[in-house]
Amino acid sequence: MRSEIFMLIIGMALVTFATRFSCVALFRQMGIPNWLERWLKHIPTAILTALIVPALVLPKGQIDISFHNHYLLAGIVAAVVAYKSRNILVTLTTGMGTMLALRWFI
Amino acid sequence: MDNSRAVSITNCSLTIPEFWQGVKNAGPILVGVVPFGITCGVMGLTAGLTSLETVMMSLLVFAGASQFIGITMLGAGITGWGIIVFTTLLVNLRHMLMGASLAPHMVKQPFSLQALLAFLLTDEAYAITISRIDKTGYNPSYQLGASLSLYVSWFLSTLAGVLVGSYIDDPLAWGLDFAMPVTFLVLLFPRLTDRTSLAVCIVAGIIAIVGATYLPGKWYMIAACLVATIIGGLMEGGKEDAQ
Repeated sequence: MRSEIFMLIIGMALVTFATRFSCVALFRQMGIPNWLERWLKHIPTAILTALIVPALVLPKGQIDISFHNHYLLAGIVAAVVAYKSRNILVTLTTGMGTMLALRWFI
Repeated sequence: MDNSRAVSITNCSLTIPEFWQGVKNAGPILVGVVPFGITCGVMGLTAGLTSLETVMMSLLVFAGASQFIGITMLGAGITGWGIIVFTTLLVNLRHMLMGASLAPHMVKQPFSLQALLAFLLTDEAYAITISRIDKTGYNPSYQLGASLSLYVSWFLSTLAGVLVGSYIDDPLAWGLDFAMPVTFLVLLFPRLTDRTSLAVCIVAGIIAIVGATYLPGKWYMIAACLVATIIGGLMEGGKEDAQ
C-alpha cells in the first residue's frame, strides 16, 4: 500500500470518527441540559425524513416529480403499505416488487 | 487491546439475544447496503486504488458517502490530503447530530464500548437503533449487533466489488438502493404521533428537497435537521408555556 494513500485513509478515518464520537464524549463530560434534550428529541424524525424524501424525489440529484421517476411512484406505494402495515418485511417486499415491476414492465 | 475490550464488554453485560435482534433487524437494510459496497469496490479500482487500499478504506473509514466522494476526487486527479480529509469531515458532520441524539442513551456505557459504537455509527445503524429505543428502550447490545452487521456487510461487499465487481453489471442499476428509503419509511411513521412531530417531518422534507437541489454534498441533511428540530423545540416550548 502506498504511504500517501494510507495517510489519506487514516485522515479520513480520524475525522469520521471525530464527528461520530464528539457529542458522546462531550455529553459524557458535562451532562445534558434540559433544553438540549427537548431539542434532541426531534432529531430522529428530522433525520429519517431527510434520508427518505430526497431519495424518492431526487433519485438522480434533480427534482423529478413525474411518472418516469420510479423511486417516487414505488415510494408512494411503499409509504401507504408502511403506514398500514408498520411491518418492514411486508413494506420492503411490496416496495421492491413495485420498483422491479416498474423497471421491467413499463 | 482486545483483552480490555472483552473485559469492558462483560462489565456492561452485553446480551446475546439483543445482539442477534440487532443483527436481524439490520437485515432488510443490507439489501440496499450491499450494492453500494460492491460499487465502492469497483469505483476504488477505477480511480486507481489497489484492492488492498480500497478494502482498507472500507474497514477504517466505514462511511459510504465520504468514501464515494473521496474516491471520486482521487479518480479526478485531486490528491491533496487536506482537501479530501476536509471534504470527508464536511460530509460526515451530519453524524454529529446523530451522535448527539444517541448520546443521552450512550453516556452510561463504558468508554471503550462508546468509542466502538461511535466508530460503527452510520445513517443505517442510527435509524435502526433510535427506532428500537422507542419500543423497548436503549440497549447497547442491540446497537452493536445492528452496527456490526452493517460493518461486516460493508467490508464483504467492498471485497466482492474489488474481486468480481468488474464482471457484473452496475449493481446500482437494479434499483436496490430503494431498499433504504423503504425501510426508513416503516421507522418514520410510528414517530408521527402529534402535530409537533408532523410539523418536524414536513419542514424537514421541504428543506431536504430544496437543500438537495441547491446545497453541495450532504448539507441538506444538516440544514433540514437543524431547522426542523428548532421549529419542533419551539412548538413544544410554546405548548409548555401555554399550560
